[in-house]
Amino acid sequence: MTETGLTGAEAEAAALEHASGARIAATEADGHITSTGLTNEKLGMWVFLGSECLLFGGLISTYLLYKHNNQAGGPLPHELYDIPFTSISSFVLLMSSLTMVLAVSAAARGEGSKLRTWLLTTALLGSVFISGQVYEFQSFVKEGMGFTTNSASSAFFTLTGFHGVHVSIGIIMLISLALLSWRGRVPKERAEVVEIVGLYWHFVDVVWIIIFTVVYLIK
Amino acid sequence: MAHSMIDQTGAATPAVTEDHDGHGPSDRHYVNIAILLAVITGIEVAVYYLDLPSVALLVVLFILMAIKFFTVASQFMHLKFDSAILSRIFYGGLILAVIVYMIALSTFRLFNFF
Repeated sequence: MTETGLTGAEAEAAALEHASGARIAATEADGHITSTGLTNEKLGMWVFLGSECLLFGGLISTYLLYKHNNQAGGPLPHELYDIPFTSISSFVLLMSSLTMVLAVSAAARGEGSKLRTWLLTTALLGSVFISGQVYEFQSFVKEGMGFTTNSASSAFFTLTGFHGVHVSIGIIMLISLALLSWRGRVPKERAEVVEIVGLYWHFVDVVWIIIFTVVYLIK
Repeated sequence: MAHSMIDQTGAATPAVTEDHDGHGPSDRHYVNIAILLAVITGIEVAVYYLDLPSVALLVVLFILMAIKFFTVASQFMHLKFDSAILSRIFYGGLILAVIVYMIALSTFRLFNFF
């Protein structure tokens, strides 16, 4: 007999039932039971972002290796940079991280209207950044530096192009999320979906923080 | 056994629900962080136009870049407030990438100017 008047077997059964109840509660709240206490979706996004570090690390390293290589002729990327223009683009992307985190906060509070406003603002700022990148690429081509002009230009366009594709995918995810929210498919209980998209968006921002310094500012 | 299951579930739940319940930092805090990041970006651009020696420029820009990077990762990506396993996964990938590519670049004698 235990202090509560139950036999050992009854106490064990009660404990198991209590644990089962806790598990069911966790299932209802999160959709999954995991040994880490994190949902598979969130953990999966972080593992993906960890692996993306290796992808962008490879692209940045390739650019560093070839940044002075113009054996095939033509201008080098750093001869054509417009630092004030790129600084403004960087600022815009940085501010999009603020609007994204405000969207995550609004989702956590269950404020659907604010959530959509911040999501669409983030998508708009991302679009401004992409427009700036397209303008920059066009001006470089006009100056005679195309994708295949020399090794340096190939490395530059591959690195910044890959980043641009990531931003574009992020914009699609943000607009899709805003539409889902508008249809009432992102209630407070599913706020983690916004957080996961937010993680991707912030990662794109931190990659640009590195690219802006390593590619544009370091002479 | 049952006790450990309760612990496992109970300990994990706050890490998941904390942000969902809005117990994270306030919006004001995020705005302050964004202002800090904007100021650092301004300093980076200003440093670029200063006539600093290349090594000094490199060191200053890398420090400012690192501050921005870790500020966004810890505050906006919530690594500071979230489960420690997420920090290990992300920074693990980052450190692995830095080590692998530093070794790769050193084999190409990229750092010979030091």
